[in-house]
Amino acid sequence: MIIGALSDVGRALARVYGRQGHPLILAARRADRLASDIQDLRVRFGVPAQSVELDILDLAGHAAFVDGLDGLPGTVICVVGLLGVQKEAENSWVQAELMVRTNYLGPACLLGEIANRMQVRGSGCIIGLSSVAGDRGRASNYLYGSAKAGFTAFLSGLRNRLSRHNVRIMTIKPGFIDTRMTQGMTLPPALTAQPAEVAEAIWRAQARGRDVVYLRPIWRLIMLIIRMIPERLFKQLNI
Amino acid sequence: MITRGNGRSYGDASLNPVTTLSSLRLDRLLAFDQQNGLLTAEAGLLLSDLLAVFVPRGWFPSVTPGTRFVTLGGMLAADVHGKNHHVDGSFGDHVEHFALLCGDGVVRCCSRTQNVELFRATIGGMGLTGTILTITMRLRRIETPWMLQETARCRDLDETLAAFDASQSAPYSVAWIDCLAKGRARGRALLYRGEHVGEAALPTGAKPPRSMAGPPRLRVPIDIPGWVLNGWTVQAFNALYYRYSRPGNALIHYQQFFYPLDAFGDWNRLYGRRGFVQYQCVVPMAGGREAILQLLDRIAAAGTGSFLAVLKQFGTGSAAGQGGLLSFPMPGYTLAVDFPATTATFALMRDMDHIVADTGGRLYLAKDARMSVDLMSGCYPDVSRFREICRTVDPDHRYGSLLSERLSL
Repeated sequence: MIIGALSDVGRALARVYGRQGHPLILAARRADRLASDIQDLRVRFGVPAQSVELDILDLAGHAAFVDGLDGLPGTVICVVGLLGVQKEAENSWVQAELMVRTNYLGPACLLGEIANRMQVRGSGCIIGLSSVAGDRGRASNYLYGSAKAGFTAFLSGLRNRLSRHNVRIMTIKPGFIDTRMTQGMTLPPALTAQPAEVAEAIWRAQARGRDVVYLRPIWRLIMLIIRMIPERLFKQLNI
Repeated sequence: MITRGNGRSYGDASLNPVTTLSSLRLDRLLAFDQQNGLLTAEAGLLLSDLLAVFVPRGWFPSVTPGTRFVTLGGMLAADVHGKNHHVDGSFGDHVEHFALLCGDGVVRCCSRTQNVELFRATIGGMGLTGTILTITMRLRRIETPWMLQETARCRDLDETLAAFDASQSAPYSVAWIDCLAKGRARGRALLYRGEHVGEAALPTGAKPPRSMAGPPRLRVPIDIPGWVLNGWTVQAFNALYYRYSRPGNALIHYQQFFYPLDAFGDWNRLYGRRGFVQYQCVVPMAGGREAILQLLDRIAAAGTGSFLAVLKQFGTGSAAGQGGLLSFPMPGYTLAVDFPATTATFALMRDMDHIVADTGGRLYLAKDARMSVDLMSGCYPDVSRFREICRTVDPDHRYGSLLSERLSL
């Protein structure tokens, strides 16, 4: 199951997992917009594919949503995210709350529901797309970053809890990806991944049993350096 | 604005400095009928994607150009042709219908029975009638991904043209021509005939070459300085290529047969930073031989030809099609040559324009970057009809490109 299937990375993931012959459930807030993607997956790979409607912000509805699926999926990938506008959110609690709910609270609660059921079943894999922005708060996007930091910590704790129950939790930390989310930004080409490349890397990482994956891998080094800068110096930097 | 597919036309057809729409993420397969091979897909689907999905299932595009890195929408807008034009016509002949988003905001379904005029204007219409959204087209059955290629060495143009005449029944035929050969060897060529190989005829253990999967293994890593490709080096290359060709039959993978250049990433960099211009013309059968001879004389005299010169005989098209209003193919001979972009080659191409115009031929819009308005309206008789149709569905003139501006389309 891919949550956030209308996003560019979600679509790319559906192609990669479909090519491997996996039956697919695509979840999105506007499931009607998934009709052509569903057709594509069926024609392209001959795999069963269906769309389901899901509002990640409707926390109370999560349990019913999971129970309403035809069976608990083997692998669940959550690519939900909202970059938002930092400058506006600094002065608007409505926007700030939406960013926290979309990037952290919604995904965490839903994946928690799914994880509990996978624990009972004794198998499963949950893959969460967090962000390198969660590795250290920066002036330019700390509201988004702090929500992603929360999500990263959540996934880490969940992985710790379920490691003895044959349920795998993976944290994906992409840097820049060339998608609608980053449209119009000037991004360094060497650090910017294509959606198809991200999807391919996620599939490989799952096959290899990785826990935390930076995409592109260079971001692991970049974020290591950024995290090591002493706060006294970091607070004066503009990065 | 103009819609841009994968950016493989050689000129300014997919450029608009104000707004250029990319169709690349409009790439879904929507329906496929196993019985009759009818495929419906969004127009941004890459041909390489289509091949990857359908060749293993035993289906092949009815018409394919010389690269697989093009979109279906681009193939329709340029009404591309392939090595089978003499038998099967051009791409548009195999399109059943398509959905077109016009400049007036209306989506129109076009086919041979519905919006007929718009159908004919859009085939080969270089995206100027609107944005092509979905296309329904016919695929053909194949049994294996393998091709039987027969190479014939032709010592001069008469032998080459005779070989084309003798290849009428071959499903695919094309010739690499040595455009710098002079005197008796003028027009010497290697003619390739090809056909899909059936399962029964396939030797056991034939495996596709490794280089054919995934991205190209060979890349041109830098812009080669302009002086490297000069008359001498190209002449030497052509002579060696001709001499060391292996006449006779060979079993090769379809990608080697149809897309030899796709194996070299960024091959355009061979022409240096200033790049190159492609010149592709067609001249009618009547007077065609003389026109080709004259063109070859000019190219050889200028000494700036390339090793990528291709000659092909066009047929009358398939029975179903009458072509688009601005479709390039017509019965006759088509010659395609790359020239490095220099002042001298632009002068040479103007000379060649006269020869083409005088014999009643035309230039290919998908390759052109420099044709004049006069030449365009002289060699495409339906231009004014095309303009009228565009105005009816796009009264505010929303669609346009650098090409349409240059040629007042």
